[in-house]
Amino acid sequence: MRGMRSVLTLAAFGLLSGCGPTINHSQAVYVLVDTSGTYTKEVGKAQAVVNYLLGNLDPGDSLAVATIKSRSFSEKDIVAKVSLTKDPLQANNQKRAFSDKMTEFAHSTLDARGTAYTDITGGLVQAAEFLNETGAGSKTIIIFSDMQEELDYKTVRNFPIKLDGIRIIALNVSKLGTDNVDPRRYMGRLEWWEKRTRAAGATDWRVVNDMEHLERVFSRRS
Amino acid sequence: MFRSLYIWPDKPLLSFLALLVIAMPFFYIAREPMHTLLRRSSRALARPLRLGARWLGDAAVRLRARNREVLLAHGSRELRLSIERELERVTTLVQRDLEGYPAVQRKLMDEITRIEEDYKRSGEVPPPAPEWVKAIESLAKIRATGDGVVERILADIRDSLDDIYKKVVSEYRASYQERHKILSTCLPFWRSASQTLVQVERNITSLNDSSAKIDSNVTRLESIFARRTEVENALTSSASTQFFISSLVMLIAFGGAYVNFKLISLPMSAMVGGGDYITDSLRASEVAALVIILFETLMGLFLMETMRFTSLFPLGNITEKMRRRLMWVSLTILLVLAGVEVALAVMRDSIIAADVALKQSLGSGAAAHAEAGWVTRIPTFGQMILGFTLPFALAFVAIPLEYFVGSGRIVLGAAATLVIRGTAFSLRVGASLANEGGKLAVNFYDVLIFVPLAIEKWVSRARDASTRADDLPRAPGFPKTVTSGEEVV
Repeated sequence: MRGMRSVLTLAAFGLLSGCGPTINHSQAVYVLVDTSGTYTKEVGKAQAVVNYLLGNLDPGDSLAVATIKSRSFSEKDIVAKVSLTKDPLQANNQKRAFSDKMTEFAHSTLDARGTAYTDITGGLVQAAEFLNETGAGSKTIIIFSDMQEELDYKTVRNFPIKLDGIRIIALNVSKLGTDNVDPRRYMGRLEWWEKRTRAAGATDWRVVNDMEHLERVFSRRS
Repeated sequence: MFRSLYIWPDKPLLSFLALLVIAMPFFYIAREPMHTLLRRSSRALARPLRLGARWLGDAAVRLRARNREVLLAHGSRELRLSIERELERVTTLVQRDLEGYPAVQRKLMDEITRIEEDYKRSGEVPPPAPEWVKAIESLAKIRATGDGVVERILADIRDSLDDIYKKVVSEYRASYQERHKILSTCLPFWRSASQTLVQVERNITSLNDSSAKIDSNVTRLESIFARRTEVENALTSSASTQFFISSLVMLIAFGGAYVNFKLISLPMSAMVGGGDYITDSLRASEVAALVIILFETLMGLFLMETMRFTSLFPLGNITEKMRRRLMWVSLTILLVLAGVEVALAVMRDSIIAADVALKQSLGSGAAAHAEAGWVTRIPTFGQMILGFTLPFALAFVAIPLEYFVGSGRIVLGAAATLVIRGTAFSLRVGASLANEGGKLAVNFYDVLIFVPLAIEKWVSRARDASTRADDLPRAPGFPKTVTSGEEVV
């Protein structure tokens, strides 16, 4: 009897040690869409990226889309957000609803005027807050912008931000008129943002302008 | 590393020779201790190797003996089972056919009696002509004398005789017809008797076959008990064949299990959560699917065990009633799991269809309309059928598994014996090499100091020669003959 008990205890121990702590494989993605100035015209591309993401996210993952405006550190700027359930069929319905919201948003920006200023830092802080709340294993911020930050004189953003454990992907970073005159401005801008995000604790910084091969950027193990 | 030792760095060969010449006297002085060191080193290496080889050889012998025991035990168990099966067959045959043998015999006797009676009846002869026929015949012999009365009487008698003749012939014919009828009614009884006898013959032949098999198996069992070498070889060969065949069948079963796993792992994500991982790459849904498949296999094992197809577990001490209950429980659980798999197959199809529709709508912006005709439902039905049948197919894995385990022990034992023997041989070769290597090293050392050795030999030869010269007795003196002018001392 005692031997049987020892065997059972050993088996239970083996089972528990075999299982170990559950690894968090869920991912959370926060998409920042620039709606300032002329970049408003690029919202259609952002919608395609979001649709791609919806098609590839798994049950348990989270997704949010927010706009970058004159001041972006606000929940009001979040266009749509979703935490997919573990049930694949329900998750499908959630994705469909999200896609509908995104379509509505894209339609609403067609006639809208772009905002005067671009608060990318505020958007990043808001995104980090959301992503940390999800508790996902992999956190990504996708910035759909020309990365030209412009703030009004009242807005304060020159403080150190925290992006620990988050990877940043700058998508479709379009060149401005001044960049064409002096490409070093474009390079310098991207370099400045890389330095800033890495200093803030970001695990990765990538700039992707080729929208045809998004699978290279968003593969699970990349 | 040695470059720093060179006397002339640009002339390495010359430097090496110079160093050798310098070191040679020292090598010569250290010759005896160096020889001892080399011999002892080689012995120190060779002895453990030889010891290991001997130990492994003994272990191989023990393992072989153990394997032999296992092989014979396995073989005798198989033969006993085979004999039991044949005896069961014989018992069934006897119970089914020979139990009803008295009835068959009675039937046969009845039929034979009937046939006999009919035969007798068919042999009956019509009664002979009456006695008065003879009287009439005597009258008919009377010669015609021309008397009208007599002639008339004779004519009457002749007519009467003709009538009687005709009557007798017709009676005779009727009698034959009757006998033919009796014989024709006999025919079914002959056939029936013949069929019954054929059936009895068939049963007896089957019994003969079974008894021949039992005889052969008993002979083989006796050979096993007598521990004959040819039986051992035959059993080893049979075990190897069984091992490879069961391995092949198990491989096929693994393929089936993999298909089953793929079929249910996706829909299991709806039950246990789609994004949960247990290890770095193993999803919780995959583990759940694996558990289901393992449960099905386990129930299959129990089912086969309780149906007496296999004997992997010691179920001999449970009652027949309990065995029957276990069988029904296993079958019910297997049926439930098969039903669950059918449901999962349907769910899998729904999930995939929903996913495809979503991706199409995300790509085109419009919801895709899937056709819902019966043709599009065929894959779903296929998956359902597969989901229902695979658990039962997996249940039969128990049979090759039993053979795999039984023959695997023998084959692995034989392989282990071979490996141990091979290792022992290698160790023995290593020991010999170490021994010879030691001798070679001693010779090589002497080659290095060949100059001092040559001098030593030369000196010792010279010394020997002088010693030999000293030891030789002086030659006896001869008296000198005195010649003129000399003085004898």
